[in-house]
Amino acid sequence: MTVAPAPEAVVRLSDAAIRRRMLADFWFHFRQNRGAVIGLFVFMLMVLAAVFAPLLAPHDPTQQFRDALLAPPVWQEGGRSGFILGTDAVGRDMLSRLIYGAQYSLFIGVVVVAIALIGGIVIGLLAGFFGGWVDAVIMRVMDVVLAFPSLLLALVLVAVLGPGLTNAMIAIAIVYQPHFARLTRAAVMGEKAREYVTAARMAGAGPLRLMFRTILPNCLAPLIVQATLSFSSAVLDSAALGFLGMGAQPPASEWGTMLAEAREFILRAWWVVTFPGLAILVSVLAINLMGDGLRDALDPKLKRS
Amino acid sequence: MFRFLIGKILYLVPTFLGITIIAFGFVRVLPGDPVLLMAGERGITPERHAELSAQLGFDKPIWAQYLDFLGRLMHGDLGNSLVTKKPVLTEFLALFPATVELGLMAILIATLIGVPVGVLAAIKRGSWFDQISMTGALIGFSMPIFWWGLLLIIFFSGILQWTPVSGRISLLYFFPPVTGFMLIDSLLSGQKGAFVSALSHLILPSVVLATIPLAVIARQTRSAMLEVMGEDYVRTARAKGMPTARVVGVHALRNAMIPVITTIGLQIGVLMAGAILTETIFSWPGIGKWMIDSISRRDYPVVQSGLLLIAALVMVVNLLVDLTYGLINPRIRHK
Amino acid sequence: MKILTRSLIAASALALGAAVPAMAKTFVYCSEASPEGFDPAPYTAGTTFDASAHPVYNRLVEFKKGTTEIEPGLAESWEVSADGLEYTFKLRKGVKWQSNEKFTPTRDFNADDVIFSYDRQGNKDNPWHEYIAGVTYEYYTSMEMPSLIKEIVKVDDNTVKFVLTRPEAPFLADIAMPFASIVSKEYADALDKAGTREDFNNLPIGTGPFKFVAYQKDAVIRFQKNADYWGEAPKIDDLVFAITPDAAVRLQKLKANECQLMPFPAPADVAAIKADPNLKVEEQAGLNVGYLAYNTTQKPFDDVRVRKALNMAMNKQAIIDAVFQGAGQVAKNPIPPTMWSYNDAIQDDPYDPEAAKKLLEEAGVKDLSMKVWAMPVQRPYMPNARRTAELIQEDFAKVGVKVEIVSYEWGEYLKKSMEPGRDGAVILGWTGDNGDPDNFMGVLLSCAAAGEGGANRAFWCNQEFSDLLSKAKQASDVAERTKLYEQAQVIFKDQAPWATLDHSTQYVPMSNKVSGFVQSPLGDFTFDTVDIAE
Repeated sequence: MTVAPAPEAVVRLSDAAIRRRMLADFWFHFRQNRGAVIGLFVFMLMVLAAVFAPLLAPHDPTQQFRDALLAPPVWQEGGRSGFILGTDAVGRDMLSRLIYGAQYSLFIGVVVVAIALIGGIVIGLLAGFFGGWVDAVIMRVMDVVLAFPSLLLALVLVAVLGPGLTNAMIAIAIVYQPHFARLTRAAVMGEKAREYVTAARMAGAGPLRLMFRTILPNCLAPLIVQATLSFSSAVLDSAALGFLGMGAQPPASEWGTMLAEAREFILRAWWVVTFPGLAILVSVLAINLMGDGLRDALDPKLKRS
Repeated sequence: MFRFLIGKILYLVPTFLGITIIAFGFVRVLPGDPVLLMAGERGITPERHAELSAQLGFDKPIWAQYLDFLGRLMHGDLGNSLVTKKPVLTEFLALFPATVELGLMAILIATLIGVPVGVLAAIKRGSWFDQISMTGALIGFSMPIFWWGLLLIIFFSGILQWTPVSGRISLLYFFPPVTGFMLIDSLLSGQKGAFVSALSHLILPSVVLATIPLAVIARQTRSAMLEVMGEDYVRTARAKGMPTARVVGVHALRNAMIPVITTIGLQIGVLMAGAILTETIFSWPGIGKWMIDSISRRDYPVVQSGLLLIAALVMVVNLLVDLTYGLINPRIRHK
Repeated sequence: MKILTRSLIAASALALGAAVPAMAKTFVYCSEASPEGFDPAPYTAGTTFDASAHPVYNRLVEFKKGTTEIEPGLAESWEVSADGLEYTFKLRKGVKWQSNEKFTPTRDFNADDVIFSYDRQGNKDNPWHEYIAGVTYEYYTSMEMPSLIKEIVKVDDNTVKFVLTRPEAPFLADIAMPFASIVSKEYADALDKAGTREDFNNLPIGTGPFKFVAYQKDAVIRFQKNADYWGEAPKIDDLVFAITPDAAVRLQKLKANECQLMPFPAPADVAAIKADPNLKVEEQAGLNVGYLAYNTTQKPFDDVRVRKALNMAMNKQAIIDAVFQGAGQVAKNPIPPTMWSYNDAIQDDPYDPEAAKKLLEEAGVKDLSMKVWAMPVQRPYMPNARRTAELIQEDFAKVGVKVEIVSYEWGEYLKKSMEPGRDGAVILGWTGDNGDPDNFMGVLLSCAAAGEGGANRAFWCNQEFSDLLSKAKQASDVAERTKLYEQAQVIFKDQAPWATLDHSTQYVPMSNKVSGFVQSPLGDFTFDTVDIAE
């Protein structure tokens, strides 16, 4: 992936073979990075926890055990064996809620990145490919969005759309999307003049084909890196929105929302505050570790920043 | 250079207009009605509601309200808060120094620690120092700071009682604000111990706010250094037997600083977002908290003018970063 | 920081020596929010009144400390005409206005100040009616003063006469409220001349126990003892409000002795505070009620049996435990038990899911699904409506009623919940303004309040009930009024337009060194009687 496949290479190797080769190459580099492998491992655990939550969780995450309000973790005095990490203010099992919370975080990350990525790519391609006033207008709009601190803009957007998980995801995606648009545009500008594009154009490829089939695949590396970065930021920002009461609404077991609900117990019940935050930290860290490895493996040139 | 500057500024005008539209437009499509919030649980008669809406100018069509808003903006009038009835600009200026002080302190901490750590990590690439510091940086980069702040409060203020819990200075000290920056004002007041008190109040929030920028700066410095050190002239200098310290100090560091300065400048947006959370957690009387409160109170004039001011500020800082960049790196200017 | 604080105290005694007399007693109150301004009339928040109306100002009549009874304030005495339409107040003589850097009063408090204080709120032609753009007088309006007060007559310098349009028993209680604080006409005139009218709201001048010194937005308010106060002088020299919105942070500050008293602790922390040897907690039932209002015009909730059944299906004690952490009590009446005329003889509907099921069957209701509205904000009467709704959801599920929880932005919530034909039952509540039962039942349950602009969210109009209320409002004899209100509560319980949920308990944690703090049933925080041991 370091070098754009030259036309003559396409002649010699089948597409599938190239892909297999690239993947092997990628995995070789990725494996070199110990942190990335650990990150991947933790991330896989998280995915498993999210997928098999109903099997793994000892309790229903919304079931209230009225006789065990704010029970401490099992190793602490007063802890109960049924609730390994204790219970919250209405007697819901913390462990089960944390496990189910992984679903929210993954879901948020995937949806936000998907929306931001697709939106950004389309907008960036348009701007980069057409140039001129289209480019000028689009980039001005992106500048406007970027002039606001992301969390502040997301907050106002959520306030406009109404607090809730869906709207929080939309708001965060809108705020992230200019980064993708800018990256795509820059890459397109760079690639547009390359020979293979000119060659394709000569061969009679229409603008759509040129944009999506010819240019886009060659701009993917920075986009993938930005996507992993955005994935972890999305988890963080949605948790922050939840913490400020504008994200997922209780009783959802989203980690940030859990933290917000738990804040009043900060001095009395450390476990309701500590565990959701730790879950956020660990998952974001895992994704970032993975992102580092991904970046190194995809393109050594991108090692900066 | 002058043309470069003018060009940059002209370039910002449409962006600024766009910002006014967003600031105004978003706020007006916010669901909810400040008049209803004022009435609370008691309810309000339709007549009174109409009367109050008219008094606040909400009965006019949206576009007319927008033009009003722009018109007043030209005269430097940002409107009055619906809650306190005071001019938005007055309130902004009263709170702004607190946020700036917090932000500057955070950037200071982040730079003073982040740059040396990054340089050292780059020089000793692969050493245990490199590994530990970069792991730490990644953890910092992944930190949900609202949670981090709570933990620090519990630990340092609650258990150890080393730092005060919240506020900007001990209430025992009382002097009129001169600059609004508590550290400076406390020195100007000449009251013994005031400065120490102000500093001790500032430390925890600024550490929390510095966490993410610190991580970013450390990582950025390290990779910029690595890149520069890989370049021919540095390698040549080393090969010629120049001492490492000199190579690093004279050649590598100076060139590596260009991207680092940009990074530091770009942290302003991150800081503003972080300030919202940090100020909320530490009850810090600044802009971030003010905005959050105003959004939930549907204090339209404050939200729209606040958004505007903050965005304008970010724009100006970005412009300054651009200019600095242009100064350091003449190639940019002629592009 | 412990050591540091101590050295700081020593240092500051030196540093402040010039400005403040040595050994000044400073009392710090960790208040929960910023005041909106310092003129009490345009605002409605209790926090604002704690920082303006209570320390700086007085009213003609005042609430006696710790009660909702009326006692003389700036009026020494008053007479009410036999038809209940004329109130004549004899004003206290020799009451001094405070001064600040820009204003020194030349005269004592007199009738002109009283007339100015009311006229600027009610009379649109008064030049001070909208002295800052956007100023409105919501309390004055919502307490129906514009239609109630016909005129205010200056009989002489020390006598004013209020002429009403109708007899109104709660009138004296109304004018003891913060919005009716007496402001200085002379100060207003001086500001007019100086062209700095907004200072009226920024630098208040009153007759109260404390003088305003300085306010640093969202951070600190400072007051100083008013040496010329007409009443009993405060025992502390300096009163400082440290604005600290977060309950956990407030408690931390209290523990670190950065402040000596705080309002609204998180209920979860109360037990720990009680156990702390350096702190003590005073508690009192709050003058409030939280309720779930059915839409009594919607099927099947128009059937009293359905409402009763649901009330019986609800485990209210569980709500008190989980939402209030025990810091409250189950409500059975629409008014709190600390209020006069509270009918303690009334029996609450028992928690009995079996009986509830039977009653629902009897009413022919099967497979009922309903909405429960949960408010998006915290209120003293309802710290977490969402959690309450979740508990109700579980309880109702046990009798076969499916609940969907809905919520809206607070302004929308208030509006939509008052729209006729509203779908579902609404969680809401009320905090008393002046301790008069009419301020609860009249506002929340009368037929008049069931229409547009009212606050009767059950849309419950019971003629018999409403008649009792109007009779009670016109009667001047408290014993007679008590009897009428007690009857009204019987009807209320019988008809069950609400599920009465809770009356919250108000806790006030403070340092052991604090003495003389008197809790107000109205939720005010006043510090003129507070003392602090060295």
